[in-house]
Amino acid sequence: MNQRSARCARALVRLFLAMTLLFTGMTAAAADYKAPRLKGTKQPDLNGIWQAMNEANWDVERHMARAGVQTREGPAGPVPAVSVLRMGAAASVPPGNGVIVGGGKIPYTEAALKKKQENQADWANRDPEVKCFLPGVPRATYMPQPFQIFHNSNSVFIAYQYAGAVRDILLTDPGEAPVDSWMGQSFGKWEGNTLVVEVTGQLADTWFDRSGNHHSEQLKVTERYTPMSPNHLWYEAKIEDPATFTEPWTIAMPLYRRMEPDAQLMDFKCVEFVEELMYGEFRRNPLPR
Amino acid sequence: MTFPSQFLLALCTIVVSAAAQAKPDFSGSYDIATLTPLQRPQVFGEKLYMTPEEAKKIEAMATAARAEGQKDSDPNRGAPPAGGDGSPGAAGNVGGYNTFWIDNGETAALVDGKFRTSIIHEPNNGRQPQLTPNGMARAQQFFSMFRENEGEAWWYPGPGPWDNPETTTLSDRCLLGFSSTAGPPILPALYNNLHRIVQTDTHVMILSEMIHDARIVRMNSGHLPQDVRSWLGDSIGWWEGDTLVVETTNFRDTPALYLASENLKVSERFRKGNDGVLNYSFTVEDPTVWSTPWSGEYPWPKTEDRVFEYACHEGNYAMGNMLRGARILEADKAKADGPKDSGASGGE
Repeated sequence: MNQRSARCARALVRLFLAMTLLFTGMTAAAADYKAPRLKGTKQPDLNGIWQAMNEANWDVERHMARAGVQTREGPAGPVPAVSVLRMGAAASVPPGNGVIVGGGKIPYTEAALKKKQENQADWANRDPEVKCFLPGVPRATYMPQPFQIFHNSNSVFIAYQYAGAVRDILLTDPGEAPVDSWMGQSFGKWEGNTLVVEVTGQLADTWFDRSGNHHSEQLKVTERYTPMSPNHLWYEAKIEDPATFTEPWTIAMPLYRRMEPDAQLMDFKCVEFVEELMYGEFRRNPLPR
Repeated sequence: MTFPSQFLLALCTIVVSAAAQAKPDFSGSYDIATLTPLQRPQVFGEKLYMTPEEAKKIEAMATAARAEGQKDSDPNRGAPPAGGDGSPGAAGNVGGYNTFWIDNGETAALVDGKFRTSIIHEPNNGRQPQLTPNGMARAQQFFSMFRENEGEAWWYPGPGPWDNPETTTLSDRCLLGFSSTAGPPILPALYNNLHRIVQTDTHVMILSEMIHDARIVRMNSGHLPQDVRSWLGDSIGWWEGDTLVVETTNFRDTPALYLASENLKVSERFRKGNDGVLNYSFTVEDPTVWSTPWSGEYPWPKTEDRVFEYACHEGNYAMGNMLRGARILEADKAKADGPKDSGASGGE
């Protein structure tokens, strides 16, 4: 015990010195950052409540602001579609630099690009988020709501606030997914400081964003979670789907720790919020629509 | 030794000895299906345990029922009679669940090496205590809308169970699983009895298969303000020796536990038993509904089975069909009776 205490004390002295250096203006390059280890393991501790802070859920591609998440042609350019008209600026699309590595467009096949455009033109009917359906991966990561990673020596589990979605990151090779699902099958392994997760077995029904960007059931997503500082992770997701894309492409973004002292996941069971939309016309006395 | 290093050494001695008192790790998957019911069958009276012979008999009956249900169907059988064959329950009448779906355990619950007659052990009769007048009213409200399918709009012209999506059950709406499967208290159900725990120093996550409901227990924390209410309540946890204690309050007025109200408070205790079994016990307090608190206990055996996705809402064709079906039955009834639909509960 005394030896351990002495070791611990020396570590604290080193930590103190490191922090002094930090506050005097010397910052280590983020790539050299060595995150605190999870107790009893060599893995960086990923526990916490995290959230993306970007416009990817509006459109993963680089985009200028748009009149509406769904638009139609007006006499002098696009105007909001009827489906979103009454929401005004609240349903307009904020601009974003995009999260695609290299800044390009999604490398769709010709047919897949046409489907993306149709999806976008019929957004209110087609976006699974509108119906509170499970988001799939990677969209779950950058929904504008927090998620929590539960990480111990034998488990990594992610709970998302949006729709109460969950993922159990399996740490031994599960083989081919026995059945397709909305959140897919996740198989994780550690590469140094990085948690690498292969996600397969996803249904074709999920989207990448509110801009109609889509995939098939052949989608394979390879995610990388790397701590860059005590309070942010670097997230990358390589997207492969030969039925939809001519070549693999990658998105990348920081994920930030929610710093509020009372940060926690709260209820967002949006199922009840979409009952009027999905079933309202079958009420005994339907409300005006 | 200088002062700061003495101070640091003292600090570290405290930290290291605290770490040495390692808590049990309950992380893992559990299959909580059991033939022991929540409430004790009257035949057992005040007997908390049954004999091994009695347990064997119950298990044999369940095995026989399963074997019967799993027999091949006659491919040349005729259609069921119009309006159903009159059989009640989940598998009944016009066809519901067959044995393929049902997975409610193969053995009675074994606690301390003895077979339990009921999950509830307090009160002594193993049954939920007397309802308060308020609890009685909640039960009456439920039963006024609950009938076996009679093939016609029995409620017409009054308000009916399928007037609105909001008047159907929480499990039909894919908001909460039935039988308090995600709890609290977490209770065994007819099927989908897998639960997964991931425990960290600061949180305990308890996933229930149905509705992919993840309860997040904050360790050593206070409850949220009273105006923050949630479907599964607000769960906080602490250790009492090697026992994990979880207290849950701040429910909406519709907890997963049948009849319970927003004043529900559930205390749960998790402790390690033999052979990887987790001993789960709970106490329910809801003075609005029950005249006294009640408590239960049953084992959670570990399983290597995986919890698969339960995407209920995404495939909920039943909700639209139930509502449309009710509108058709009402139209039929109106045609037979003449138009007098009061639509009492509609559109509110």
